[in-house]
Amino acid sequence: MQLLSQLKIGQQAVISAIEADEILFHRLSALGFRVGKPLSIIRQANFNGPLQVRLGTTDVILRSAEAARIRINTHAN
Amino acid sequence: MKRIALLGMPNTGKSTLFNRISGASARVGNWPGITVDLMSAKILIGGHIAELIDLPGIYDLHGFSEDEQVVRHFLASNAVDLVIILLNSSQIDRQLSLVLQIKKLQLPSVLALNMADEAKQTGITIDTVSLAKDLKMPVLQISAKYGDGLPKALQAATAIINQNQPASDPQLISKLLQEDNKIEQEMDALIQHHVQIPTTFTDNTTDKLDKILLHKWLGLPLFFAAMFMLFQFIFSVGKPLQDGLAWVLLLLRTSILEPIFASSPAWLSGLMLDGVYNGVSTVAAFVPIIVLFFLVMAMVEDSGYLSRAAFLMDALMARMGLDGRGFVMMLMGFGCNVPALMGTRIMRSRPMRLLTMLVIPLSLCSARLQVFIFMITALFTAKQAPFILFSLYVMSFLTMFLTALLFQGQYKNSEPFILELPPYRFPTLRQIVLRGWQEVKHFLTRASKFIVIGVVLVWALTNFPSNVPPASIGTFAGQIGVLFAPILDPLGINSQLAIALIFGFVAKEIVVGALAVIYGLQGDALMTQMATQIDWVQAMSFMLFTLIYTPCLSTIATLKNESKSSAFMWLSIAWSLALAWVVSFVFYQGARWLGW
Repeated sequence: MQLLSQLKIGQQAVISAIEADEILFHRLSALGFRVGKPLSIIRQANFNGPLQVRLGTTDVILRSAEAARIRINTHAN
Repeated sequence: MKRIALLGMPNTGKSTLFNRISGASARVGNWPGITVDLMSAKILIGGHIAELIDLPGIYDLHGFSEDEQVVRHFLASNAVDLVIILLNSSQIDRQLSLVLQIKKLQLPSVLALNMADEAKQTGITIDTVSLAKDLKMPVLQISAKYGDGLPKALQAATAIINQNQPASDPQLISKLLQEDNKIEQEMDALIQHHVQIPTTFTDNTTDKLDKILLHKWLGLPLFFAAMFMLFQFIFSVGKPLQDGLAWVLLLLRTSILEPIFASSPAWLSGLMLDGVYNGVSTVAAFVPIIVLFFLVMAMVEDSGYLSRAAFLMDALMARMGLDGRGFVMMLMGFGCNVPALMGTRIMRSRPMRLLTMLVIPLSLCSARLQVFIFMITALFTAKQAPFILFSLYVMSFLTMFLTALLFQGQYKNSEPFILELPPYRFPTLRQIVLRGWQEVKHFLTRASKFIVIGVVLVWALTNFPSNVPPASIGTFAGQIGVLFAPILDPLGINSQLAIALIFGFVAKEIVVGALAVIYGLQGDALMTQMATQIDWVQAMSFMLFTLIYTPCLSTIATLKNESKSSAFMWLSIAWSLALAWVVSFVFYQGARWLGW
């Protein structure tokens, strides 16, 4: 169990929990972040910039601070 | 009259569909229950005149972003006869939640699945007939961009409108919105039954492009190069257009208007020509740049590159309480502040938008550049000139960063920075042209009154009382200049320059012209005269003040329209004046103290 913000680029993982306040939780779930969904990190911008995350058919960018609210599991299968 | 609401998630082509249905008849209007303007258009549907309203793009009817609240409040305050829901076909697996939320509200709906072509390319097939049966609403595949499938979708909408069901009851909607619902299981079941999604994408053009455009080290230089080229395009095409327009307006004045007013009293011809007509010309001068800017912006926005720019610049901008999209607008401000302010509309969080709007007027726009080039040529050698100009650009950036840092606490952005990265798309010409036209219409209707009144006021101040030469110390403007002498003297700004600053309030383009009127000299003679009257420290202090204080009336009018707050407009004016004074004071007194 680790945080999305700690996931390495190119690695696959599955969301195991989202620990966010209501505003963030709603936004995340509307963009497809739900428990059990597989995702991977495509890249991160320089100078600790935002992460580009791929969830199914959607690419999303978010800051590390927000990615730290998402718990993931790298050994789902 | 029937009322139809258009609803969908961001980046689904909702505005494109709206423009396609409404043509150029759209207008901006206020609605009960909400504070933002929405676009609407009257359309003819099944023998009824219906009003089509373009609601903001939202992810979730129950979310907490400003747009989501706007949509909720709209539906809870206005009766509607039909909701057209627009989804992106290739993201139907998560966007379907919005349809189910609307369905729970028992609103008569039609579901339009946009970008059917993109979905087909990625191997997604949707059984619209069986999906329609389960959803109990018409489901149609369309292409908003090219218009495919649109007649069928409108037919389905007409059929519902012609049933003449009673319109929605806002009170019931308001009650239903409060009840939470369990939509997720229903959504998964629907997707499993009616949609097939391949596990891997077949189309990876976007990925290939992103590898270069979002590259760790190449991304930013490419971004700056792209921005530079776009601005270069806007101004190299816009400037001749602007000059041409100015020439036509002048011709109109000398060949038609001046003969008409030749026999009327001096005050009337002065008011009409130097006041009203100059005001109209000032507004008109912005039109070519605004058209071009929005043509280019529409292209950048619809192509999907804007979110990429935000990705690249976010690390730096986040430290100032702004985000990556704000940087694009800040850069644009160096061309012209007005379209840059209008462009902040892409930001959905109001605090961040206001912070960006507070920062933009500090960027050294092309009109201020004219003043600086004149002053620098008059008072500095050709060797010094580039360094002086460069220092002014540096100063512009410094004041922007300082303002953002100081005010970021006031305009705390509560919205998390999470953006979708849409695939790259080619916008169509029709899309771009319609967008440009709407922005210009918006600017003209809102800004013209404000600017004409401002120009007339400055004209009156510099022409009355009428027994003294225009713009001299004896006029009201001159009196104000004398009144401000205790404040401006410590900056090394004399009363002649003070009057020019008052003119500069209208537009920086007329500062040099104003100096010519004040000194009664033109061109080289004016430069020589100024060089004998003021030294370089005074000139620099004057330029710093000109750089930082309120750019022009058009900018103020735009600030007020875009923020919908007079208080914010006054804050921007007060802050820029205070900052201009402090910077000029520190520079002038510091330089004098050092013995220059």
